[in-house]
Amino acid sequence: MNDRRRVFAIQATTIVAVLAAYEALARSHLLYAGVVPPLWDIAVAFAGVLADPATYTNLAVSLAEIAVGFVVATVAGILVGIVVGARPWLREAVGPYLDGIATAPKIVFFPIAILLFGVGPASKAALGALSAFFPVALTVAAAVRRVNPVFVNVGRSFNASRGQMIVKVYLPALVPAIVNGMRLGLGLAIIGVLLGEIKLSDRGIGFLTIDEYNHFRIPQMYATLILIFILAVGANVLIGRLETRERARRAK
Amino acid sequence: MKWFAPPAAIAFIVAVALLEGAARGGLMPATVFPAPSAIAAGFGDIARNGELVGPALITFGEALAATLIGAVIGIPAGIALARSPSFGRAYESWLGGLFAAPIVLLYPLFLVVFHRSSATIIIMGAITAVLPIIIQTRTGMLLVPHVLNAVGRSFNATPRQAFWLIAFPAAVPAIVTGIRLALIYSLVNTIGLEFLIDFGGLGRVISDLYAQYDIPQMYAGIVTIVVLSLVLLWLLDRAERRLRPA
Repeated sequence: MNDRRRVFAIQATTIVAVLAAYEALARSHLLYAGVVPPLWDIAVAFAGVLADPATYTNLAVSLAEIAVGFVVATVAGILVGIVVGARPWLREAVGPYLDGIATAPKIVFFPIAILLFGVGPASKAALGALSAFFPVALTVAAAVRRVNPVFVNVGRSFNASRGQMIVKVYLPALVPAIVNGMRLGLGLAIIGVLLGEIKLSDRGIGFLTIDEYNHFRIPQMYATLILIFILAVGANVLIGRLETRERARRAK
Repeated sequence: MKWFAPPAAIAFIVAVALLEGAARGGLMPATVFPAPSAIAAGFGDIARNGELVGPALITFGEALAATLIGAVIGIPAGIALARSPSFGRAYESWLGGLFAAPIVLLYPLFLVVFHRSSATIIIMGAITAVLPIIIQTRTGMLLVPHVLNAVGRSFNATPRQAFWLIAFPAAVPAIVTGIRLALIYSLVNTIGLEFLIDFGGLGRVISDLYAQYDIPQMYAGIVTIVVLSLVLLWLLDRAERRLRPA
Protein backbone atom coordinates (compact mmCIF):
# COMPACT_ATOMS: atom_id res chain seq x y z
CA MET A 1 0.00 0.00 0.00
CA ASN A 2 2.78 2.35 1.00
CA ASP A 3 4.63 1.36 -2.14
CA ARG A 4 1.55 2.06 -4.26
CA ARG A 5 1.24 5.50 -2.75
CA ARG A 6 4.89 6.15 -3.55
CA VAL A 7 4.39 5.13 -7.18
CA PHE A 8 1.36 7.40 -7.41
CA ALA A 9 3.29 10.27 -5.82
CA ILE A 10 6.06 9.86 -8.41
CA GLN A 11 3.55 9.84 -11.27
CA ALA A 12 1.73 12.91 -9.99
CA THR A 13 5.00 14.77 -9.38
CA THR A 14 6.21 13.91 -12.86
CA ILE A 15 3.06 15.22 -14.52
CA VAL A 16 3.19 18.45 -12.54
CA ALA A 17 6.93 18.84 -13.25
CA VAL A 18 6.51 18.28 -16.99
CA LEU A 19 3.61 20.74 -17.19
CA ALA A 20 5.54 23.29 -15.11
CA ALA A 21 8.65 22.90 -17.29
CA TYR A 22 6.51 23.33 -20.39
CA GLU A 23 4.83 26.42 -18.96
CA ALA A 24 8.22 27.87 -18.04
CA LEU A 25 9.47 27.24 -21.59
CA ALA A 26 6.34 28.86 -23.01
CA ARG A 27 6.74 31.96 -20.84
CA SER A 28 10.53 32.22 -21.20
CA HIS A 29 10.25 33.39 -24.84
CA LEU A 30 13.35 31.37 -25.64
CA LEU A 31 11.41 30.23 -28.67
CA TYR A 32 9.33 32.44 -30.92
CA ALA A 33 6.19 33.66 -29.23
CA GLY A 34 3.20 31.61 -30.32
CA VAL A 35 5.28 28.57 -31.22
CA VAL A 36 5.00 27.12 -27.71
CA PRO A 37 1.69 28.43 -26.37
CA PRO A 38 1.05 28.56 -22.60
CA LEU A 39 -1.08 25.76 -21.11
CA TRP A 40 -4.04 28.05 -20.53
CA ASP A 41 -4.17 28.98 -24.23
CA ILE A 42 -4.11 25.30 -25.16
CA ALA A 43 -6.90 24.55 -22.68
CA VAL A 44 -9.03 27.36 -24.14
CA ALA A 45 -8.27 26.12 -27.67
CA PHE A 46 -9.16 22.57 -26.61
CA ALA A 47 -12.57 23.74 -25.39
CA GLY A 48 -12.96 25.60 -28.68
CA VAL A 49 -12.05 22.52 -30.72
CA LEU A 50 -14.55 20.43 -28.74
CA ALA A 51 -17.28 23.03 -29.27
CA ASP A 52 -16.64 23.39 -32.99
CA PRO A 53 -18.99 21.26 -35.13
CA ALA A 54 -16.30 21.11 -37.86
CA THR A 55 -14.22 18.95 -35.50
CA TYR A 56 -16.91 16.29 -35.50
CA THR A 57 -17.55 16.28 -39.25
CA ASN A 58 -13.80 15.86 -39.84
CA LEU A 59 -13.56 13.28 -37.08
CA ALA A 60 -16.40 11.30 -38.67
CA VAL A 61 -14.51 11.25 -42.01
CA SER A 62 -11.35 9.96 -40.32
CA LEU A 63 -13.22 7.36 -38.27
CA ALA A 64 -14.96 6.06 -41.40
CA GLU A 65 -11.61 5.81 -43.23
CA ILE A 66 -10.01 4.03 -40.27
CA ALA A 67 -12.98 1.64 -39.92
CA VAL A 68 -13.01 0.70 -43.62
CA GLY A 69 -9.23 0.28 -43.76
CA PHE A 70 -9.14 -1.71 -40.52
CA VAL A 71 -11.93 -4.10 -41.56
CA VAL A 72 -10.42 -4.69 -45.01
CA ALA A 73 -6.98 -5.27 -43.47
CA THR A 74 -8.33 -7.66 -40.84
CA VAL A 75 -10.26 -9.82 -43.32
CA ALA A 76 -7.43 -9.84 -45.87
CA GLY A 77 -4.80 -10.37 -43.17
CA ILE A 78 -6.62 -13.38 -41.69
CA LEU A 79 -7.11 -15.00 -45.12
CA VAL A 80 -3.55 -14.39 -46.33
CA GLY A 81 -2.16 -15.40 -42.93
CA ILE A 82 -3.99 -18.74 -42.99
CA VAL A 83 -3.21 -19.47 -46.66
CA VAL A 84 0.49 -18.59 -46.36
CA GLY A 85 1.00 -19.96 -42.86
CA ALA A 86 -0.49 -23.37 -43.64
CA ARG A 87 1.86 -24.07 -46.55
CA PRO A 88 5.59 -24.34 -45.81
CA TRP A 89 6.63 -23.74 -49.44
CA LEU A 90 4.47 -20.63 -49.71
CA ARG A 91 5.85 -19.38 -46.41
CA GLU A 92 9.38 -19.66 -47.77
CA ALA A 93 8.41 -18.13 -51.11
CA VAL A 94 6.64 -14.99 -49.89
CA GLY A 95 7.61 -14.80 -46.21
CA PRO A 96 10.73 -12.65 -46.73
CA TYR A 97 8.74 -10.19 -48.87
CA LEU A 98 5.96 -9.95 -46.31
CA ASP A 99 8.57 -9.28 -43.61
CA GLY A 100 10.34 -6.71 -45.79
CA ILE A 101 7.22 -4.72 -46.70
CA ALA A 102 5.96 -5.04 -43.11
CA THR A 103 9.12 -3.24 -41.96
CA ALA A 104 9.10 -0.54 -44.64
CA PRO A 105 7.22 2.70 -43.90
CA LYS A 106 3.74 2.39 -45.45
CA ILE A 107 3.36 6.10 -46.05
CA VAL A 108 5.64 5.88 -49.12
CA PHE A 109 2.93 3.76 -50.77
CA PHE A 110 0.53 6.68 -50.41
CA PRO A 111 1.19 7.96 -53.98
CA ILE A 112 0.18 4.55 -55.33
CA ALA A 113 -3.00 4.68 -53.23
CA ILE A 114 -3.76 8.09 -54.75
CA LEU A 115 -3.12 6.81 -58.28
CA LEU A 116 -5.53 3.95 -57.60
CA PHE A 117 -8.25 5.59 -55.52
CA GLY A 118 -7.92 9.33 -56.09
CA VAL A 119 -7.27 12.08 -53.56
CA GLY A 120 -10.48 11.47 -51.56
CA PRO A 121 -11.09 9.40 -48.43
CA ALA A 122 -10.69 6.07 -50.31
CA SER A 123 -6.92 6.53 -50.67
CA LYS A 124 -6.60 7.16 -46.91
CA ALA A 125 -8.64 4.06 -46.13
CA ALA A 126 -6.36 2.13 -48.52
CA LEU A 127 -3.24 3.38 -46.73
CA GLY A 128 -4.82 2.44 -43.38
CA ALA A 129 -5.63 -1.01 -44.74
CA LEU A 130 -2.09 -1.50 -46.05
CA SER A 131 -0.65 -0.43 -42.67
CA ALA A 132 -2.89 -2.74 -40.62
CA PHE A 133 -2.68 -5.71 -42.99
CA PHE A 134 0.87 -6.83 -42.17
CA PRO A 135 0.65 -7.25 -38.38
CA VAL A 136 -2.59 -9.23 -38.80
CA ALA A 137 -1.22 -11.41 -41.63
CA LEU A 138 2.14 -12.04 -39.91
CA THR A 139 0.72 -12.89 -36.46
CA VAL A 140 -1.90 -15.17 -38.04
CA ALA A 141 0.68 -16.86 -40.31
CA ALA A 142 2.95 -17.48 -37.31
CA ALA A 143 0.03 -18.83 -35.25
CA VAL A 144 -1.20 -21.17 -38.00
CA ARG A 145 2.03 -23.14 -37.60
CA ARG A 146 1.18 -23.68 -33.94
CA VAL A 147 -2.40 -24.86 -34.52
CA ASN A 148 -2.75 -28.28 -32.92
CA PRO A 149 -2.22 -30.78 -35.79
CA VAL A 150 -4.84 -33.05 -34.18
CA PHE A 151 -7.52 -30.46 -35.00
CA VAL A 152 -6.32 -30.22 -38.59
CA ASN A 153 -6.30 -34.02 -38.98
CA VAL A 154 -9.78 -34.34 -37.48
CA GLY A 155 -11.04 -31.77 -39.98
CA ARG A 156 -9.35 -33.60 -42.84
CA SER A 157 -10.69 -36.99 -41.73
CA PHE A 158 -14.20 -35.51 -41.86
CA ASN A 159 -13.46 -34.48 -45.45
CA ALA A 160 -13.95 -30.81 -44.58
CA SER A 161 -13.88 -28.50 -47.59
CA ARG A 162 -11.32 -25.69 -47.72
CA GLY A 163 -13.91 -23.16 -46.52
CA GLN A 164 -15.01 -25.47 -43.71
CA MET A 165 -11.40 -26.01 -42.66
CA ILE A 166 -10.93 -22.24 -42.35
CA VAL A 167 -14.19 -21.51 -40.53
CA LYS A 168 -14.44 -24.61 -38.32
CA VAL A 169 -10.79 -25.52 -37.65
CA TYR A 170 -8.40 -22.62 -38.18
CA LEU A 171 -10.43 -19.55 -37.17
CA PRO A 172 -11.44 -20.78 -33.69
CA ALA A 173 -7.86 -21.83 -32.92
CA LEU A 174 -6.48 -18.52 -34.17
CA VAL A 175 -8.68 -16.10 -32.24
CA PRO A 176 -5.94 -14.99 -29.78
CA ALA A 177 -3.48 -14.36 -32.61
CA ILE A 178 -6.11 -12.50 -34.63
CA VAL A 179 -7.02 -10.25 -31.70
CA ASN A 180 -3.34 -9.57 -31.05
CA GLY A 181 -2.72 -8.74 -34.71
CA MET A 182 -5.80 -6.50 -34.71
CA ARG A 183 -4.50 -4.59 -31.69
CA LEU A 184 -1.18 -3.92 -33.44
CA GLY A 185 -2.98 -3.21 -36.71
CA LEU A 186 -5.47 -0.71 -35.31
CA GLY A 187 -2.71 1.61 -34.11
CA LEU A 188 -1.03 1.43 -37.52
CA ALA A 189 -4.32 1.97 -39.36
CA ILE A 190 -4.91 5.14 -37.33
CA ILE A 191 -1.39 6.39 -38.12
CA GLY A 192 -1.69 5.47 -41.81
CA VAL A 193 -5.02 7.24 -42.27
CA LEU A 194 -4.02 10.38 -40.37
CA LEU A 195 -0.62 10.71 -42.08
CA GLY A 196 -2.36 10.32 -45.44
CA GLU A 197 -4.76 13.11 -44.46
CA ILE A 198 -1.88 15.29 -43.34
CA LYS A 199 0.00 14.77 -46.60
CA LEU A 200 -2.82 15.35 -49.05
CA SER A 201 -6.52 15.82 -48.37
CA ASP A 202 -9.21 18.41 -47.76
CA ARG A 203 -11.02 16.79 -44.85
CA GLY A 204 -10.45 14.60 -41.81
CA ILE A 205 -8.91 15.25 -38.40
CA GLY A 206 -5.38 14.87 -39.82
CA PHE A 207 -6.15 17.53 -42.42
CA LEU A 208 -7.51 19.75 -39.62
CA THR A 209 -4.15 19.49 -37.80
CA ILE A 210 -2.01 20.48 -40.77
CA ASP A 211 -4.52 23.17 -41.79
CA GLU A 212 -4.13 24.73 -38.34
CA TYR A 213 -0.35 24.48 -38.73
CA ASN A 214 -0.47 26.16 -42.13
CA HIS A 215 -2.58 29.01 -40.73
CA PHE A 216 -0.36 29.23 -37.65
CA ARG A 217 -3.24 28.52 -35.27
CA ILE A 218 -0.79 26.79 -32.97
CA PRO A 219 -2.90 26.42 -29.76
CA GLN A 220 -5.69 24.89 -31.89
CA MET A 221 -3.13 22.54 -33.47
CA TYR A 222 -1.94 21.41 -30.02
CA ALA A 223 -5.56 20.92 -28.97
CA THR A 224 -6.39 18.83 -32.05
CA LEU A 225 -3.27 16.70 -31.55
CA ILE A 226 -4.25 16.14 -27.90
CA LEU A 227 -7.72 15.06 -29.02
CA ILE A 228 -6.20 12.64 -31.58
CA PHE A 229 -3.90 11.21 -28.91
CA ILE A 230 -6.73 10.71 -26.43
CA LEU A 231 -8.78 8.88 -29.07
CA ALA A 232 -5.85 6.76 -30.28
CA VAL A 233 -4.79 5.75 -26.78
CA GLY A 234 -8.46 5.11 -25.88
CA ALA A 235 -8.86 2.81 -28.90
CA ASN A 236 -5.71 0.95 -27.89
CA VAL A 237 -6.94 0.52 -24.30
CA LEU A 238 -10.32 -0.74 -25.54
CA ILE A 239 -8.86 -3.36 -27.83
CA GLY A 240 -6.35 -4.31 -25.11
CA ARG A 241 -9.30 -4.96 -22.76
CA LEU A 242 -10.87 -7.13 -25.44
CA GLU A 243 -7.65 -9.13 -25.62
CA THR A 244 -7.47 -9.59 -21.84
CA ARG A 245 -11.10 -10.69 -21.70
CA GLU A 246 -10.57 -13.13 -24.53
CA ARG A 247 -7.55 -14.58 -22.74
CA ALA A 248 -9.49 -14.88 -19.48
CA ARG A 249 -12.34 -16.61 -21.30
CA ARG A 250 -9.92 -19.14 -22.77
CA ALA A 251 -8.17 -19.76 -19.49
CA LYS A 252 -11.45 -20.97 -17.97
CA MET B 1 14.31 -17.03 -41.22
CA LYS B 2 15.59 -18.33 -44.51
CA TRP B 3 16.44 -15.34 -46.61
CA PHE B 4 16.75 -15.47 -50.37
CA ALA B 5 16.22 -19.21 -50.31
CA PRO B 6 15.35 -20.74 -53.71
CA PRO B 7 11.53 -20.50 -53.18
CA ALA B 8 11.79 -16.77 -52.45
CA ALA B 9 13.97 -16.22 -55.54
CA ILE B 10 11.56 -18.25 -57.70
CA ALA B 11 8.59 -16.31 -56.31
CA PHE B 12 10.36 -13.06 -57.22
CA ILE B 13 11.06 -14.18 -60.79
CA VAL B 14 7.51 -15.49 -61.25
CA ALA B 15 6.01 -12.27 -59.88
CA VAL B 16 8.18 -10.09 -62.11
CA ALA B 17 7.35 -12.21 -65.19
CA LEU B 18 3.60 -12.10 -64.44
CA LEU B 19 3.63 -8.33 -63.87
CA GLU B 20 5.67 -7.75 -67.03
CA GLY B 21 3.27 -9.91 -69.03
CA ALA B 22 0.21 -8.18 -67.57
CA ALA B 23 1.70 -4.75 -68.29
CA ARG B 24 2.66 -5.63 -71.88
CA GLY B 25 -0.70 -7.32 -72.45
CA GLY B 26 -2.41 -4.08 -71.44
CA LEU B 27 -4.03 -5.65 -68.38
CA MET B 28 -2.65 -2.93 -66.08
CA PRO B 29 -2.72 0.80 -66.83
CA ALA B 30 0.92 1.91 -67.11
CA THR B 31 0.08 5.16 -65.33
CA VAL B 32 -0.76 3.23 -62.16
CA PHE B 33 1.28 0.02 -62.42
CA PRO B 34 4.32 0.44 -64.67
CA ALA B 35 5.96 -2.72 -66.06
CA PRO B 36 8.93 -4.11 -64.09
CA SER B 37 11.18 -3.29 -67.06
CA ALA B 38 10.04 0.35 -66.87
CA ILE B 39 10.71 0.37 -63.13
CA ALA B 40 14.19 -1.06 -63.78
CA ALA B 41 14.80 1.76 -66.26
CA GLY B 42 13.49 4.23 -63.67
CA PHE B 43 15.99 2.78 -61.25
CA GLY B 44 18.80 3.64 -63.65
CA ASP B 45 17.38 7.14 -64.06
CA ILE B 46 17.24 7.99 -60.38
CA ALA B 47 20.71 6.47 -59.86
CA ARG B 48 22.10 8.71 -62.63
CA ASN B 49 20.33 11.77 -61.22
CA GLY B 50 22.02 11.21 -57.87
CA GLU B 51 18.68 10.49 -56.21
CA LEU B 52 19.64 7.04 -54.93
CA VAL B 53 22.93 6.66 -53.08
CA GLY B 54 23.13 10.19 -51.66
CA PRO B 55 19.56 10.24 -50.29
CA ALA B 56 19.96 6.69 -48.93
CA LEU B 57 23.04 7.84 -47.02
CA ILE B 58 21.15 10.89 -45.66
CA THR B 59 18.27 8.66 -44.54
CA PHE B 60 20.54 6.14 -42.84
CA GLY B 61 22.59 8.93 -41.29
CA GLU B 62 19.50 10.51 -39.77
CA ALA B 63 18.21 7.15 -38.52
CA LEU B 64 21.61 6.31 -37.03
CA ALA B 65 21.87 9.71 -35.34
CA ALA B 66 18.38 9.23 -33.89
CA THR B 67 19.24 5.74 -32.64
CA LEU B 68 22.49 6.99 -31.13
CA ILE B 69 20.68 9.77 -29.24
CA GLY B 70 18.11 7.18 -28.18
CA ALA B 71 20.85 4.88 -26.87
CA VAL B 72 22.76 7.64 -25.05
CA ILE B 73 19.59 8.68 -23.22
CA GLY B 74 17.80 5.33 -23.11
CA ILE B 75 20.48 2.99 -21.72
CA PRO B 76 21.25 5.10 -18.59
CA ALA B 77 17.52 5.77 -18.15
CA GLY B 78 16.73 2.06 -18.37
CA ILE B 79 19.47 1.24 -15.86
CA ALA B 80 18.20 3.93 -13.48
CA LEU B 81 14.64 2.64 -13.74
CA ALA B 82 15.81 -0.91 -13.06
CA ARG B 83 17.65 0.22 -9.93
CA SER B 84 14.78 2.22 -8.49
CA PRO B 85 11.73 -0.05 -8.17
CA SER B 86 9.27 2.76 -7.39
CA PHE B 87 10.30 4.90 -10.34
CA GLY B 88 10.41 1.81 -12.52
CA ARG B 89 6.87 0.86 -11.60
CA ALA B 90 5.67 4.46 -11.87
CA TYR B 91 6.89 4.82 -15.46
CA GLU B 92 6.48 1.24 -16.67
CA SER B 93 2.90 1.56 -17.95
CA TRP B 94 3.59 5.03 -19.34
CA LEU B 95 6.51 3.74 -21.39
CA GLY B 96 4.39 0.90 -22.75
CA GLY B 97 1.56 3.31 -23.54
CA LEU B 98 3.88 5.78 -25.29
CA PHE B 99 5.47 2.94 -27.23
CA ALA B 100 2.03 2.03 -28.61
CA ALA B 101 0.94 5.65 -29.13
CA PRO B 102 1.04 7.29 -32.58
CA ILE B 103 4.01 9.51 -31.69
CA VAL B 104 4.79 10.27 -35.33
CA LEU B 105 1.59 12.34 -35.46
CA LEU B 106 3.21 14.84 -33.11
CA TYR B 107 5.66 15.94 -35.78
CA PRO B 108 3.87 19.27 -36.46
CA LEU B 109 4.82 20.31 -32.89
CA PHE B 110 8.50 20.01 -33.80
CA LEU B 111 7.92 21.44 -37.24
CA VAL B 112 6.77 24.67 -35.60
CA VAL B 113 10.02 24.94 -33.64
CA PHE B 114 12.62 23.43 -35.98
CA HIS B 115 10.87 23.90 -39.35
CA ARG B 116 11.57 21.56 -42.24
CA SER B 117 15.03 20.40 -41.24
CA SER B 118 17.08 17.39 -40.26
CA ALA B 119 16.61 18.47 -36.64
CA THR B 120 12.87 17.79 -36.80
CA ILE B 121 13.49 14.39 -38.42
CA ILE B 122 16.25 13.33 -36.01
CA ILE B 123 14.35 14.48 -32.90
CA MET B 124 11.22 12.59 -33.94
CA GLY B 125 13.38 9.55 -34.71
CA ALA B 126 15.13 9.81 -31.35
CA ILE B 127 11.80 9.90 -29.51
CA THR B 128 10.68 6.69 -31.23
CA ALA B 129 14.13 5.14 -30.69
CA VAL B 130 14.50 5.91 -27.00
CA LEU B 131 11.37 4.03 -25.88
CA PRO B 132 12.30 0.46 -26.93
CA ILE B 133 15.85 1.04 -25.63
CA ILE B 134 14.62 2.14 -22.17
CA ILE B 135 12.11 -0.72 -21.98
CA GLN B 136 14.59 -3.41 -23.11
CA THR B 137 17.46 -2.10 -20.96
CA ARG B 138 15.26 -2.06 -17.86
CA THR B 139 13.92 -5.55 -18.58
CA GLY B 140 17.44 -6.85 -19.21
CA MET B 141 18.78 -5.40 -15.96
CA LEU B 142 15.84 -6.75 -13.96
CA LEU B 143 16.27 -10.24 -15.38
CA VAL B 144 19.96 -10.62 -14.50
CA PRO B 145 20.13 -14.14 -12.99
CA HIS B 146 20.44 -14.17 -9.19
CA VAL B 147 23.22 -16.72 -9.43
CA LEU B 148 25.43 -14.14 -11.12
CA ASN B 149 24.85 -11.59 -8.36
CA ALA B 150 25.54 -14.26 -5.75
CA VAL B 151 28.84 -15.13 -7.43
CA GLY B 152 29.75 -11.45 -7.39
CA ARG B 153 29.05 -11.21 -3.67
CA SER B 154 31.07 -14.33 -2.92
CA PHE B 155 34.02 -12.69 -4.66
CA ASN B 156 33.45 -9.56 -2.57
CA ALA B 157 32.86 -7.43 -5.64
CA THR B 158 32.39 -3.74 -4.97
CA PRO B 159 29.04 -2.31 -6.24
CA ARG B 160 30.91 -0.73 -9.13
CA GLN B 161 32.55 -4.04 -10.06
CA ALA B 162 29.26 -5.89 -9.68
CA PHE B 163 27.66 -3.49 -12.12
CA TRP B 164 30.36 -3.30 -14.79
CA LEU B 165 31.53 -6.91 -14.62
CA ILE B 166 28.25 -8.72 -13.95
CA ALA B 167 24.92 -6.91 -14.23
CA PHE B 168 25.60 -4.76 -17.30
CA PRO B 169 27.22 -7.51 -19.43
CA ALA B 170 24.32 -9.82 -18.54
CA ALA B 171 21.86 -7.20 -19.80
CA VAL B 172 23.71 -6.56 -23.09
CA PRO B 173 21.64 -9.00 -25.22
CA ALA B 174 18.40 -7.26 -24.16
CA ILE B 175 19.97 -3.85 -24.83
CA VAL B 176 21.02 -5.04 -28.30
CA THR B 177 17.42 -6.10 -28.97
CA GLY B 178 16.30 -2.62 -27.91
CA ILE B 179 18.82 -0.96 -30.24
CA ARG B 180 17.75 -3.22 -33.12
CA LEU B 181 14.10 -2.22 -32.61
CA ALA B 182 15.13 1.42 -32.23
CA LEU B 183 17.03 1.38 -35.52
CA ILE B 184 14.08 -0.15 -37.39
CA TYR B 185 11.54 2.25 -35.88
CA SER B 186 13.68 5.32 -36.38
CA LEU B 187 14.36 4.34 -40.00
CA VAL B 188 10.62 3.94 -40.68
CA ASN B 189 9.98 7.21 -38.90
CA THR B 190 12.75 9.02 -40.78
CA ILE B 191 11.57 7.92 -44.23
CA GLY B 192 7.95 8.70 -43.34
CA LEU B 193 8.81 12.19 -42.11
CA GLU B 194 11.04 12.89 -45.09
CA PHE B 195 8.09 12.04 -47.30
CA LEU B 196 5.68 14.16 -45.26
CA ILE B 197 7.78 17.30 -45.01
CA ASP B 198 9.55 16.97 -48.36
CA PHE B 199 12.99 17.14 -46.87
CA GLY B 200 16.08 14.93 -46.62
CA GLY B 201 16.68 11.49 -48.13
CA LEU B 202 14.68 8.68 -49.69
CA GLY B 203 11.26 9.75 -48.39
CA ARG B 204 11.77 13.18 -49.96
CA VAL B 205 12.76 11.51 -53.25
CA ILE B 206 9.43 9.60 -53.39
CA SER B 207 7.52 12.78 -52.62
CA ASP B 208 9.40 14.72 -55.34
CA LEU B 209 8.99 12.01 -57.96
CA TYR B 210 5.28 11.82 -57.27
CA ALA B 211 5.01 15.60 -57.53
CA GLN B 212 6.76 15.36 -60.94
CA TYR B 213 4.41 12.49 -61.77
CA ASP B 214 7.35 10.29 -62.76
CA ILE B 215 5.65 7.03 -61.89
CA PRO B 216 8.28 4.41 -62.98
CA GLN B 217 11.01 6.30 -61.10
CA MET B 218 8.72 6.65 -58.09
CA TYR B 219 8.16 2.89 -58.06
CA ALA B 220 11.92 2.39 -58.32
CA GLY B 221 12.31 4.57 -55.22
CA ILE B 222 9.63 2.63 -53.31
CA VAL B 223 11.24 -0.68 -54.29
CA THR B 224 14.59 0.69 -53.06
CA ILE B 225 13.06 1.49 -49.67
CA VAL B 226 11.49 -1.97 -49.35
CA VAL B 227 14.77 -3.66 -50.37
CA LEU B 228 16.77 -1.54 -47.92
CA SER B 229 14.30 -2.47 -45.16
CA LEU B 230 14.79 -6.14 -46.04
CA VAL B 231 18.59 -5.83 -46.05
CA LEU B 232 18.60 -3.94 -42.74
CA LEU B 233 16.31 -6.55 -41.16
CA TRP B 234 18.58 -9.31 -42.40
CA LEU B 235 21.79 -7.61 -41.22
CA LEU B 236 20.36 -6.85 -37.77
CA ASP B 237 19.06 -10.40 -37.47
CA ARG B 238 22.52 -11.78 -38.22
CA ALA B 239 24.30 -9.28 -35.98
CA GLU B 240 22.01 -10.10 -33.08
CA ARG B 241 22.47 -13.84 -33.56
CA ARG B 242 26.21 -13.43 -33.46
CA LEU B 243 26.00 -11.43 -30.24
CA ARG B 244 23.70 -13.99 -28.64
CA PRO B 245 25.27 -17.41 -29.16
CA ALA B 246 22.61 -19.17 -27.08
